[in-house]
Amino acid sequence: MDNLISVSSTMLYTAFILYLIATCFFGATIKEKKDKGKKGIAGKIAITLTIIGFLAQIVYFITRWIASGHAPVSNLFEFMTFFGMGLVFAFIIIYFIYRLSVLGLFALPIALIVIAYASMFPTEISPLVPSLQSHWLYIHVTTVSLGEAILSISFVAGLIYLIRQIDQSVKSKRTTWLEVILFSLFIFIGFSVISATFNIADYHAQFEYEERGSTLTTDYQLPAIAGPNDGKLLTENAMEPLFEVPSWMHGANAPRKFNTLIWSILAGFVLYVLARLLFRKRIGAAIQPLLLKVKPDLLDEVSYRAVAIGFPVFTLGGLIFASIWAQIAWDRFWGWDPKEVWALVTWFFYAAFLHLRLSRGWHGEKSAWLAAGGFAIIMFNLIAVNLILAGLHSYA
Amino acid sequence: MNKIKCDCGHVNPEGTVLCEACGKPIEENQHIDGNDKRTLLNMRYDGSARRSQTYNKSIVDKIWSFFSSVKVGVWLIVIALLASAIGTIFPQEMYIPANAVSRDPAVYYEDTYGIFGQIYYQLGFHNLYSSWWYMILIALIGISLVICSIDRFVPLYKALKRQKAKRHETFLNRQRLYSETENVTAEEKDKIVHALKKQRYNVRNENGHILAEKGRFSRWGPYVNHIGLIVILIAAILRMTPFMYLDDYVWVREGERTVIPSTDGEYYIENKDFILETYDKNNDRFKEAIEQEGMVAKNFQTNAIIYKEIAPSVAGAEPELKKIAEEKIKMNHPLKFDGYTLYQAGYQLNEFTSMTFKVHETDDPDEKALGTFTIDLNAPKPEYKLDNGFRVVVDQYYPDYSLENGEPRSESKYPKNPAFVFFVYPPNSEQAEVSFVGIGRNIDATGENQYKLGVQDFELRDVSGLTVRKDYTLPFFIVGAIIFMLGVIQGMYWQHRRIWIHPKGNGLLVAAHTNKNWYGVKKDIEKVISGTNVEMVKDQQELDE
Amino acid sequence: MSKEHIGNNKKRKKRNRLIFRSIVLAVLLVAVAYALVSNLSEEDTNVDVGDQAPPFKLQQVNQNNELETVELSDLKGKGVMLNFWATYCPPCEAEMPYMEKLYPEYKEKGVEIVAVSLDGAELVINRFIDKYDLTFPVPHDKNGQVMEQYGVGPIPSTFFINPEGEIVEVVNGALSLDKLEGYLKQIQPE
Repeated sequence: MDNLISVSSTMLYTAFILYLIATCFFGATIKEKKDKGKKGIAGKIAITLTIIGFLAQIVYFITRWIASGHAPVSNLFEFMTFFGMGLVFAFIIIYFIYRLSVLGLFALPIALIVIAYASMFPTEISPLVPSLQSHWLYIHVTTVSLGEAILSISFVAGLIYLIRQIDQSVKSKRTTWLEVILFSLFIFIGFSVISATFNIADYHAQFEYEERGSTLTTDYQLPAIAGPNDGKLLTENAMEPLFEVPSWMHGANAPRKFNTLIWSILAGFVLYVLARLLFRKRIGAAIQPLLLKVKPDLLDEVSYRAVAIGFPVFTLGGLIFASIWAQIAWDRFWGWDPKEVWALVTWFFYAAFLHLRLSRGWHGEKSAWLAAGGFAIIMFNLIAVNLILAGLHSYA
Repeated sequence: MNKIKCDCGHVNPEGTVLCEACGKPIEENQHIDGNDKRTLLNMRYDGSARRSQTYNKSIVDKIWSFFSSVKVGVWLIVIALLASAIGTIFPQEMYIPANAVSRDPAVYYEDTYGIFGQIYYQLGFHNLYSSWWYMILIALIGISLVICSIDRFVPLYKALKRQKAKRHETFLNRQRLYSETENVTAEEKDKIVHALKKQRYNVRNENGHILAEKGRFSRWGPYVNHIGLIVILIAAILRMTPFMYLDDYVWVREGERTVIPSTDGEYYIENKDFILETYDKNNDRFKEAIEQEGMVAKNFQTNAIIYKEIAPSVAGAEPELKKIAEEKIKMNHPLKFDGYTLYQAGYQLNEFTSMTFKVHETDDPDEKALGTFTIDLNAPKPEYKLDNGFRVVVDQYYPDYSLENGEPRSESKYPKNPAFVFFVYPPNSEQAEVSFVGIGRNIDATGENQYKLGVQDFELRDVSGLTVRKDYTLPFFIVGAIIFMLGVIQGMYWQHRRIWIHPKGNGLLVAAHTNKNWYGVKKDIEKVISGTNVEMVKDQQELDE
Repeated sequence: MSKEHIGNNKKRKKRNRLIFRSIVLAVLLVAVAYALVSNLSEEDTNVDVGDQAPPFKLQQVNQNNELETVELSDLKGKGVMLNFWATYCPPCEAEMPYMEKLYPEYKEKGVEIVAVSLDGAELVINRFIDKYDLTFPVPHDKNGQVMEQYGVGPIPSTFFINPEGEIVEVVNGALSLDKLEGYLKQIQPE
């Protein structure tokens, strides 16, 4: 048993490293195109590494499945990891349709960020509560995350489009928004970096606080910037909080989550500023020259195509399979649980996207901005709904 | 109001943008699709006349054309999206946790979320999804769906049916993919036609004008999926009819048989046993997680027997019953019988069924029992005679004891927290001592009691909560969902590709259009023209000026 | 084709289109109205004013009353006030003295007060009856069957049934003395 689990973690680690190397090779394809003779070798190596990495991650998935006795999609770590795997899979599909190497240069780092982010949550194998003991767990979760992964590729293509197309010679609303998107990616990196750092340092700070008459303790793994309302620090030699969260912020471990959010934003901000200092220009402006050879119309098409492919998959997994399972487990196929509502919001959003594109001719940049908005909604549903809004789906 | 006759002789309905037969832009209507400002033609709905955009006479027509606008449709979707999102800011009324300060929304939101919570409640967002305005919003989307589809499907269908292989030159050179080749031999042309057929294009040849078409049926995808959505909305309306749908809840105690609500007293359920299992904390697999997160439930199960009444009886009278099902109801494994479904939905552990009391002397440190008696908490007797001569009269019984304004009372009829006022008559005495006994309570009213009552033993049982459902609308939802999925797949996973070949002098014009995947159609053309000297089509698309 | 003919043709087409659009809109409107009405009018009771009161038969537990069991069909020809209550329900407790006050008078006039208790233990009911010296029949609906049949939600809930067995009034919530008397007059036999 322990053996399987260690094989499983090693495989996930292997996949992570392979994706990282593959990203570098995808990066190399940009420079390579100048030299006609060698064209494609870096690309071939990159996609091969990606596929091997993907297979390694499948081995992770299967071994963990065997070890836990249920599909490893039952907590936030497992689910986010699977979503990362779905991103890679979706990228591989789109790559073989369009042979667009630059997509890998952006899709794989996003998958890496997602997997790194996932690893910061508890990774123990957890038992399934009765409501999750159903085959629909695998069917629903895998389809919905695959659908969301394909839709995310639309964002990747849209992001490349925006970086490629937006005029960086003057500061404008568009450049600012693009920086906002890039900055939010830095927040995820910031979260992983800061969590890993304090994990290694084995930092703990216990707090005791009152809520509705019962005394709760919470264990901060990051130094408390925001402490619990009326909380008492129990651990010695730990940092006293700089301020306390407002009293309405309760819910399972809300102060700790809020503290983590502050840390992630701070760390992301520091990383972002460092990057700005390094490039001495906007991040978008720094990347733009690398993308001059990419055809924008192809990016636009990939972005749209990903929605066209992902929308039916998402509908099937996120609404139809979800309803069937909810009908069996909770006696109603639709219950306006926050996660369900956000699946509906996602669906509405992409429905609007398709109508705007097909009937109102929103192509190119408008469409790329919409793809970014869709990704924001998906990430909100994956992360914020679980962490902030309480509901039946609450993982972690 | 005149029909438009094109140069090619075809008579088009009013509002046509591109001639249905030859595709020549109809001069006065170019503004409709914005073609007047661009070099390429807008090909949506193939330039057919969307009727709504042409007549605007009566009120009916005005309403019709309002809903027929995709712009309106998208706005409705966006509003619904925002409204739905707002409803998740704070929990909806039905998700107010059971351990909340108060389950009364008027108290809960303000108390928990402060001023924002109060505003949220006062705006009615605590019940957003069943509010009249949200329902109207969804209904408006439904109306827009129906009208948009009718208005677009008919003209598009006609346009695609009437299209001719021979197209006007301007139609071709204003397509996104276009090329012109000076000299093409007849063999080369045959080769192209052959190659097109090999790629499973449907090829039509009219005097050398060629139309190669594939995947036209994907154009109907949107209309098919809209039909699916309409079926789903109809199902939602049906669900509001009591005959089609019922939803109820029953608490049933271990060892008890009770009528299943909303079945007109026809069905009864007996709870043989309620089982709550948790994961073993020594389990190798989950040890770490359980150490971190605490006990995790493994199974909720009711071993139930379902009875049906044989002959209708008067309510209240002892019914004549027949056993029709004996089953384990678990989460994810509901029990179905005669159109009803029972779901394991809740439980209450450890309700009291009986309590055994003992009488002992107040100052006896060992509390040696002088006598004992057992009370069935569901049917207590007024008086208990003990073997040793003691007599205990039950003066008051509070099954679910609480103190309200200094006054003892019962919160419900269920023995969740039983308490008693006893009159204890010692042997051969008419002088009663008053004792108040409950769980963790033993109050001597006067402080002078010689005898004391203590709880010696008690028995507990669990209560299982089951949802009762009857839902005849599910098949409609399923059919709607299937139609929707088929429509989306049809529209999204296939593409409508058309390639026109137009002889001009000794050469040819080639143009192509697809509703998605231009990359794919380009590859098709590459294959088709390989080995000929026909020019590859150029992509004339203008992206964001 | 003459010009007139074309004109007629066009007119007919226009009229057809108007009819078609009107019908589609009307159907949609009806559907929406139906959805709104059926969703917003929440039903509290299965049994409504104008319905025949469903029959029932229950054990009677009030020692002060001579009846062994109460069966609704036995009360035909009398007006019946059917009250659903429980000892743990404060508003129910509040209206009991009014019912007791009016009972002797209206019993004479042919109106029976039947107070169905939804309590669990008979003892509790008896103690309550002793406390208020109630004399009207108190049937015990231990398993909640009759309550279920009458679709009773929150208690107290009272049904006023005329001598023909038809429900003439349903009152959810406690009654004041005046109101109670008013309703009793309504179901009093002529």
